[in-house]
Amino acid sequence: MNPALSIVFFTTSSGAGFALMMLVGLGVPLGLLPANPWFGVTAMVIAGVLAVSGLVSSTVHLGHPERAWRAFSQWRSSWLSREGVLAVLSFVPAAIFAFSWLIFGKIWGFAGLCGIVAAAGSVATIYCTGMIYASLKPIRQWHNFWVVPNYLALGLMSGFLLLDLVERFWVPWPTVTAILTAIAIVVAWWFKEEYWGFIDTSAAPSTIASATALGRRGAVRILERPHTEDNYLLKEMGFSIARKHATRLRLIARLAAFAAPVVLTLIALVWAGNAGVVAAFIAVISAGLGLVVERWLFFAEARHSVTLYYGADAV
Amino acid sequence: MMWRERWRDYWSPRETIDPSPRVSDEVKYTTCYMCACRCGIKVHLKDGGVRYIEGNPRHPVNKGVICGKGAAGIMQQASPAKLKKPLMRVGERGSGEFREIEWDEAMATAIGWLKPIRETDPKKLAFFTGRDQSQSLTGFWATQFGTPNFAAHGGFCSVNMAAAGMYTLGGSFWEFGEPDWERTKLFLMFGVAEDHDSNPIKTALSAMRARGAKFVTVNPVRTGYSAIADEWVGIRPGTDGLFVLSLIHELLRADKIDLEYLVRYTNAAWLVIQAPGEARDGLFARNADGHPLVLSGAGGVADAMGAGVQAKVVGETTLPDGRRAVPVFQLIAERYLDPAYDPDTVAATCGITAETIRRLAAEIADVAFSQEIEIAQPWTDWAGRRHETMRGRPVSIHAMRGISAHSNGFHTCRALHLLQILIGTIDVPGGWRYKSPHPKPCPPGPKPAGRPSQISPGKPAGGPPLGYPMGPEDLILDEAGGPARIDKAFSWDAPLANHGLMQMLIRNCWAHDPYPIDTLFMYMANMAWNSSMNTTETIRMLTDKDPATGEYKIPRIIYSDAYYSEMVGYADLILPDTTYLERWDCISLLDRPIGGVDGPGDSIRQPILVPDRDVRPFQDVLIELGVQLGLPAFLNAEGGPRFPAGYKDYIALHERAPGVGPLAGWRGETETDAGRGAPNPNQLDRYVANGCFWKYELPPEQLYFKHANKDYLETAQKMGFIGNSDPIILQLYLEPLQRFRLAAQGHGDVVPPPEASKRIETYFDPLPIWYEPFEWARVDQSQFPLHAITQRPMQMYHSWHSQNAWLRQILGSNRLFMARSTGRALGLADDDWVSISSHAGSIRGQIKLMDGVNPNTVWTWNGIGKRSGAWNLSEDAPEFTKGFLLNHLITDLLPGGDLANGDPVTGQAAWYDLRVRVEKVAAAEAGTTAPTFATMRHPPRSERLPEVLRYGARR
Amino acid sequence: MTDLPAPVPGQKKLGLVIDLDICVGCHACASACKEWNSGGHMAPLTDFEPYGGEPSGVWFNRIHSFEEGDGDGARTVHFPRSCLHCDEPACVTVCPTGASYKRAEDGIVLVNQDICIGCKLCSWACPYGAREFDEDVGVMKKCTLCIDRIYNETLAEEERLPACVMVCPTKARHFGDLGDPNSAVSEMVARRGGKDLMPELGYRPVNKYLPPRRDRMAPLAPVALPQEAEGGNRLLRWIDKVLSR
Ligand SMILES: Nc1nc2c(c(=O)[nH]1)N[C@H]1C(S)=C(S)[C@@H](COP(=O)(O)OP(=O)(O)OC[C@H]3O[C@@H](n4cnc5c(=O)[nH]c(N)nc54)[C@H](O)[C@@H]3O)O[C@H]1N2
Ligand SMILES: Nc1nc2c(c(=O)[nH]1)N[C@H]1C(S)=C(S)[C@@H](COP(=O)(O)OP(=O)(O)OC[C@H]3O[C@@H](n4cnc5c(=O)[nH]c(N)nc54)[C@H](O)[C@@H]3O)O[C@H]1N2
Ligand code: SF4
Ligand code: SF4
Ligand code: SF4
Ligand code: SF4
Ligand code: SF4
Ligand SMILES: [Mo]
Repeated sequence: MNPALSIVFFTTSSGAGFALMMLVGLGVPLGLLPANPWFGVTAMVIAGVLAVSGLVSSTVHLGHPERAWRAFSQWRSSWLSREGVLAVLSFVPAAIFAFSWLIFGKIWGFAGLCGIVAAAGSVATIYCTGMIYASLKPIRQWHNFWVVPNYLALGLMSGFLLLDLVERFWVPWPTVTAILTAIAIVVAWWFKEEYWGFIDTSAAPSTIASATALGRRGAVRILERPHTEDNYLLKEMGFSIARKHATRLRLIARLAAFAAPVVLTLIALVWAGNAGVVAAFIAVISAGLGLVVERWLFFAEARHSVTLYYGADAV
Repeated sequence: MMWRERWRDYWSPRETIDPSPRVSDEVKYTTCYMCACRCGIKVHLKDGGVRYIEGNPRHPVNKGVICGKGAAGIMQQASPAKLKKPLMRVGERGSGEFREIEWDEAMATAIGWLKPIRETDPKKLAFFTGRDQSQSLTGFWATQFGTPNFAAHGGFCSVNMAAAGMYTLGGSFWEFGEPDWERTKLFLMFGVAEDHDSNPIKTALSAMRARGAKFVTVNPVRTGYSAIADEWVGIRPGTDGLFVLSLIHELLRADKIDLEYLVRYTNAAWLVIQAPGEARDGLFARNADGHPLVLSGAGGVADAMGAGVQAKVVGETTLPDGRRAVPVFQLIAERYLDPAYDPDTVAATCGITAETIRRLAAEIADVAFSQEIEIAQPWTDWAGRRHETMRGRPVSIHAMRGISAHSNGFHTCRALHLLQILIGTIDVPGGWRYKSPHPKPCPPGPKPAGRPSQISPGKPAGGPPLGYPMGPEDLILDEAGGPARIDKAFSWDAPLANHGLMQMLIRNCWAHDPYPIDTLFMYMANMAWNSSMNTTETIRMLTDKDPATGEYKIPRIIYSDAYYSEMVGYADLILPDTTYLERWDCISLLDRPIGGVDGPGDSIRQPILVPDRDVRPFQDVLIELGVQLGLPAFLNAEGGPRFPAGYKDYIALHERAPGVGPLAGWRGETETDAGRGAPNPNQLDRYVANGCFWKYELPPEQLYFKHANKDYLETAQKMGFIGNSDPIILQLYLEPLQRFRLAAQGHGDVVPPPEASKRIETYFDPLPIWYEPFEWARVDQSQFPLHAITQRPMQMYHSWHSQNAWLRQILGSNRLFMARSTGRALGLADDDWVSISSHAGSIRGQIKLMDGVNPNTVWTWNGIGKRSGAWNLSEDAPEFTKGFLLNHLITDLLPGGDLANGDPVTGQAAWYDLRVRVEKVAAAEAGTTAPTFATMRHPPRSERLPEVLRYGARR
Repeated sequence: MTDLPAPVPGQKKLGLVIDLDICVGCHACASACKEWNSGGHMAPLTDFEPYGGEPSGVWFNRIHSFEEGDGDGARTVHFPRSCLHCDEPACVTVCPTGASYKRAEDGIVLVNQDICIGCKLCSWACPYGAREFDEDVGVMKKCTLCIDRIYNETLAEEERLPACVMVCPTKARHFGDLGDPNSAVSEMVARRGGKDLMPELGYRPVNKYLPPRRDRMAPLAPVALPQEAEGGNRLLRWIDKVLSR
């Protein structure tokens, strides 16, 4: 699949944003995080900006952005619609939560409830994002068990990384967060490895033979494409990436998205103060870049069944 | 409930669909011309433009269907390459630098060039036409002008099929006959990719398959029609003749021959004089009134023409004059029973196993002789004898350019006809049938005119330029016995060049051989590109100047095209034509009509759109030139124009022979005469009212055995198709060829020059022979191990459709296809860039490997690569950057340069004799095609090419 | 509404049956489709760089070609590809706006151009590449099964067929109700062993493809030509034959 940058960016940033929103919305009412409103505002603003800019960038590739609002209508069948609805819905309690915190200087019952609701909405939103891809049968690399857990885990991980960084400006030594962050990264890494392992080994459900209902006489090969130049289908879904190129990018993703952040988080765990802040900051940047690469690969390595009509043997 | 609906409709309102939109404001009928198949079309017009073009369900040719090209006619009309106004060249030839001029200036210029020629030396005008469907006008015009130098595209197209067919059967595979699609049980197709009968063949093939008839395709490539065949015989190009003669060998060996048919309808029993070295050797033994003789069952000889005469097919007699004579069949049997034609002997050469050849022969024999069919339909033969039923052997054959485009094509096509006739399958149920107005006498009457004695200044020529020589005395030679035509047709180079030799035109005009011409006038032929052999060389000749005078070697070129083709770029004066939707046209029985096996027919085109440009129908322009030049046939008694409304009037009023004109329908005062009848001024209205075609349905008793069917022959004579109603006798043994051969042996007063006699003697064999295509012998085959051929893409017509926004998306560039095994051996993979080299040079293109191709053969789609700047495409068009043209490698002369690269009998261009070598190119060269030429400037006032095309967008 | 219409017993399912046995790959159906629809319900079928370097455009029907098998037993197969009007069309259910929908009355899958936001998700969800995005208009387009022909009262009865079916010179395309087991198309599918494309994905296409027939490779009736007696003059066998003209 063609890795359109708008979508790559949208999924990573909104994932991180909603995850952070989830952590704050949940952590503060439960007293696991500092009650300082400025911490809350900073965290929630960062979360909001990431989530919103993600959503906005996702409308960039629409043919009719001005009609985007219609996308809220089909929540009964469409995961894309559900994602939109839930995203918007989670902003409401999140906003109440953040403002009341700012206004009253503390989290009280209802606001806390809003926080928890927002948290729930956020998780659900990320879940929907995952399901948009997981529900697409023509793409084996997407239509599998591992996609949704990956989205959740990677979101959670990026949320924790952000939290770990922000929290340090109020709490010199956020041990629990740091430890949880490290764990989240390791868990996400594991899910990603499982995912890669799966797409590398799982059998292709569709073949050039099943796509053409041929094969009785033996192997089926493409002779001529319908048109000599590429069309929309090929530009959008014909994108494919060389094995070795992919392996190289996977390595970069491994290092930037997981290895480096884990190490840096552990460094930040032992060194309090500025050193910790710096380490956590680099961890966030590194993970951010790493996840963009990971997400780019998520598209680039996905092979659509339509390519079977253009020469692919199996997808 | 209610609110839910509202709520839903607010977010995602239901679509309202109009299931019954009015398709068009008006529907007009005409004839398609996106190719030469002549399908009837219904053109839907809306808001002044074309909304939709579909097939005319009532039309005899296509019965409602149309093809990929026909359905893209809208985009032809929308093409930015349409010429807008007459053009006068201002830059060098090929630069594309033109000045727009008014029609008055254009006509004045043309007249200024043509008039002096006609008044001094008419042959200095060479008038040649390409895809011309109005040859009955253009040929007539040439005759009126007085030049012998006229022909259309047949010489490079399929004259081998036409000549072999017309001399043997009085019909031909090419246009003038077709298999009995409804009844045939075994159909063999030789070398056909698309053909002129595009839609009828497709429709028939699928019906045949559904019926369970067997379809065998003999073709080095398994695409298109061949893809749906039951059996693919991947023959080696150029070897069909040998393969077919081997089939004949098997059939003779097993005595699976229809002797009854042979004696009744062919010259198989005619006695041939056996007197080696004598002037009459190999001619038919004739009686006093010139009738051929047969060996009578009663003993002695008898008049072959006698009804019911008892004849022997094998035996020998001594004629009164003491000469030996044997029946034709005996010569055939002796020759083809020779072990040289044994399947085991020919297998390797043909690339077909001996088992396959034997099995196919057995299948043919089985279907022909054990699966005869009989129709309960009485008929009367030429001698007035009534037959209760029509019996036939359901084996049929069709063949086209895979056979004809070789230097052995004439004899190979003859071999196919011999096979058809030996098993008695000509115009019988289940066999191969004539399309009216055929059969004609074999060959038809008119002989070519154009000898110096028939050409004189200011006068029409002594007769039509093209025809059918019966012997050396009919050749068109100058006083010295050399060629008298600029293309050397009907000379010793190509005695039976019935369609002329357009492929030699530009070389000879350039070389001033046999003489210089003054003006080259061409119509609808892209001779600067895809219809020329050796295109690079041809371009050089078109632009070559005489160093002394600085004049072009070909002084003047007038050209009529409708679009900005490569050829336009090389002409001096351009007469812009209309598109096929903007003019009157006539698909005439005098040319290549739409007649079918069930009866004659013809059709017209009517103007459907008014040109939005300053262009004129070429035929109108030609007639106007005729008037201004004072050509008698175009003037009335008062010296004014005889056809004031131009071609429209000519179609309805012109008479070729008394009562015979361009159109056969609705003739005579009563508008009821068919074929022959007084001109009818309302004729065109009648055609328009009938969907622009006329079809005459023959009664059932005339549908078969047309060559010997009394009622049919009388009908045909009445309609003016044939001069008399004598039976048409199929010519297994071609006496005219023997006459040329005798001349080569020095007999008679018209004899070939010494250097030609060997060739004439060898190739003018009165019975089919096979020989290696000439190019093979003249190149080092180890250097050029592969055969290279082209195929017609079904969705593209030659050069026409690269300007078509829809069709060029389907095929914007071409690949060289090669067998996977061969590719592997050469270390080639899909998409590799390769150089393709022949003795003439190298071109570059991209490769695609496949299974369905003979391993010694490579092929590509024809005419896709284009000259940069032509057709008003932008410079980065894939047609220019990736597409390639095989023609650069195919030479008009054989290696050595002494002989034309064509058939020695007809002169037909031998496109498919090409031998090549294929090599992977260095990375540096990969990525672009070669050769490329300087970009041709787009003509004046060409609008900017649209980035986006929104045809049909509701405004 | 993008959730699918509840299937009713005997549901009408209009669709195409395509005969791979006789398709010669002429592209007539492709350009006829382009031509009809260029003025039809989904007009225009925009083209990009029509006379330029990378010409491309919106087509609802495209003709591929394949080779099946190796060597002599192999054959070339031309393969027309258009929307299959699936029974379980995820292209419909994924649509966030309801622009993509399946008609309850005949099962035709359509796009409502007035509300499509051009998110392209449906084209990802279609395994068969039957959805064509019009960059210029910014909406998704697709085969309408010629909705503006098949019910068109301004057309003669026999012309109320999809353009691609009308035009096909080999009659390799058939239109009808595949929901009705007794319809001509259903019977043809049964008789010829019509197949689904990518059944494993569970879209349950309505359109069916008829596989190539088995060739009549073996002689119709195996016959061996009689061997004539060895040696001797082969012409003698005809020497006494006398036939009448
Ligand atoms: N769509 C379309 N239709 C056309 C045309 C077009 O350009 N486009 N052109 C029209 C014209 S002008 C003509 S003349 C006709 C020609 O109609 P065709 O005769 O069908 O033309 P070709 O494409 O030359 O087909 C030649 C076929 O013979 C095969 N072949 C080549 N060499 C040999 C050989 O030695 N033996 C055998 N058995 N086969 C061989 C090739 O593989 C190819 O399939 O088509 C007409 N119809
Ligand atoms: N390599 C290779 N070369 C071949 C062949 C092959 O098989 N292989 N086939 C050969 C054969 S059989 C043939 S017949 C020739 C065909 O080749 P040509 O005879 O050159 O025919 P086209 O290229 O089809 O068209 C000639 C010109 O007609 C113009 N034209 C189209 N419509 C109109 C109109 O309405 N009015 C006017 N005035 N002009 C119009 C086109 O723009 C084009 O420039 O090609 C030959 N060349
Ligand atoms: S075959 Fe196609 S292009 Fe040729 S006349 Fe018929 S419809 Fe027109
Ligand atoms: S029109 Fe018919 S034969 Fe031609 S490509 Fe389409 S389905 Fe095949
Ligand atoms: S073929 Fe594709 S577009 Fe058509 S209904 Fe099926 S899934 Fe949808
Ligand atoms: S592109 Fe249009 S039809 Fe397709 S899913 Fe998006 S909104 Fe629906
Ligand atoms: S049914 Fe109509 S829209 Fe669909 S492919 Fe055929 S012609 Fe095109
Ligand atoms: Mo031709």
